Amino acid sequence: METILSVNNLTKKFGYLTAVQDLSFSIQKGNVYGILGPNGSGKSTTLGIVLNVVNSTNGSFSWFDGNTSTHDALKKVGAIIERPNFYPYMTALQNLKLVCKIKEVPEENIKDKLELVGLWERKDSKFRTYSLGMKQRLAIASALLNDPEILILDEPTNGLDPQGIHQIRQIIKKIAAQGTTILLASHLLDEVEKVCSHVVILRKGKKLYSGRVDGMLASFGFFELKTENNEALINFLEQHPNFGEIKTENGIITAFLKNEMKSDELNGILFKKGIVLSHLVKRKESLEEQFLTLTENQSI
Amino acid sequence: MKRLLQIEFIKLWNNKSSRVLILAYFLLLTSIALVAAIKFDIGPVKFHLAEQGIFNFPYIWHFNTFITAFFKLFLAIVIVSMMANEYSNKTIKQNLIDGLSKKEFILSKFLTVISFALISTIFVFVVSMILGLVYSDYNELSIIFSDMEFLLAFFVKLVGFFSFCLFLGILVKRSAFALGFLFLWQVFEGFVRGMIRWKLFDGETTDAVMSIFPLNAMFNLIKEPFSRLGAVQTVADQIGEELALDYHVQFYEILIVIGWTAIFVYLSYTLLKMRDL
Repeated sequence: METILSVNNLTKKFGYLTAVQDLSFSIQKGNVYGILGPNGSGKSTTLGIVLNVVNSTNGSFSWFDGNTSTHDALKKVGAIIERPNFYPYMTALQNLKLVCKIKEVPEENIKDKLELVGLWERKDSKFRTYSLGMKQRLAIASALLNDPEILILDEPTNGLDPQGIHQIRQIIKKIAAQGTTILLASHLLDEVEKVCSHVVILRKGKKLYSGRVDGMLASFGFFELKTENNEALINFLEQHPNFGEIKTENGIITAFLKNEMKSDELNGILFKKGIVLSHLVKRKESLEEQFLTLTENQSI
Repeated sequence: MKRLLQIEFIKLWNNKSSRVLILAYFLLLTSIALVAAIKFDIGPVKFHLAEQGIFNFPYIWHFNTFITAFFKLFLAIVIVSMMANEYSNKTIKQNLIDGLSKKEFILSKFLTVISFALISTIFVFVVSMILGLVYSDYNELSIIFSDMEFLLAFFVKLVGFFSFCLFLGILVKRSAFALGFLFLWQVFEGFVRGMIRWKLFDGETTDAVMSIFPLNAMFNLIKEPFSRLGAVQTVADQIGEELALDYHVQFYEILIVIGWTAIFVYLSYTLLKMRDL
């Protein structure tokens, strides 16, 4: 598989604070990656380093085959970090023409991209008259001008209203469907869960996990159960070798699996034992639950 | 190179205040021609400035480059803000992310500075040429094209000054503060001159030491032209004062300013490279 970005032992110190510590990961073509982490975990700093605006203290990174200089590589990358930055006194069209000059791409793309983000009718309005959602969408259009090999988004929905968030997510999904590699940094887990296939999880500048989303925890999922006779059920579950931890919350019993078990199998056994369920759901942990487990396990 | 200039042109020309200032600057450069219109005609006292010899070749090269150099402050505002705005709009960050290298960024600004200086020089050359051809008492080709080094000095002076502004814009990141710093630096050089003269050396050595300081070095390039005027010389003769100033542009003075230009551009680049954005 083709490697787009590889990061090796990257470290960044701001004075006595270590923002990123010994971070290594690589990005392969065609996947959608999420960088997850609470605020201040070093997501933006890491992106800043590979995007040539923050100097690393130690370590290295290389774009594509490693033979292109960073600024030439960035011409094949589309990136938006934090807030959209454009010249406020220029119109959307003028701003995008400027970006085309910098990226050395023809201006024909502008119309397509502005239509994609739904800003073509407002192309002649000055940037400063835009709402935050429109600014963010213009930033996406600008990042797509060169039909990038990889799109890097840092908190793209930050500060937007629900409609804005929805619009941005639709756009991201559209782009991902076209096969563009995406690297999405966010602290919003459901956002990452909805679009990403791979994650890198950071906490206090250190990498906790990198790999596929579903391989994050070696877990078989859990059952949510409800019945008239809770005591008998709990008794049964505690005896059964397949189950580990058992929790009761609001009358619903949550039983975590230690081995693989199907829900019809459990239902059958329970029915034979005379326990009739009024509620049976088998679930995998959501990304949020997995994330919290992972970060708690490692907390000092 | 053309691409870098185009990038900078888009940024500048679409900004209304920059556009107004640039236009005002070139209008002012032309307005030096209006000096020719100064005419008093009060009974027996007839005075026509243009007839006093200020438009004579080759003196006009000296006079016009000296006077028009004061207007450079207009462009200084444009240059400081074109640099500082990149910081306040954070567009410098976006430019780098979009694939402009830090070197290209500084180069695009420096090329703009050179273009401003070059266009100004050509402008002054054309205006002076026209004024001279109309009013000068001497019209031989060899006289017209003598003392052209003042134009070179003018160009070097502008490039040096604008590079200083560029550097201040990057250093301070806020246009108003950067301009304030420029003013403060001028005061500082005056202060140093005063201290040196008072405590350390005699007048001549002080001048020599001060010629190394950037603003002083730029000012020294073109010396004041007034004491060269016939009328002033006559008056000086009458009161027995001898005005012996070397008017010519010195080679080493040009070198000092070019040296400062290199230092400012290099420092700007280093600063940009070292800083996290």
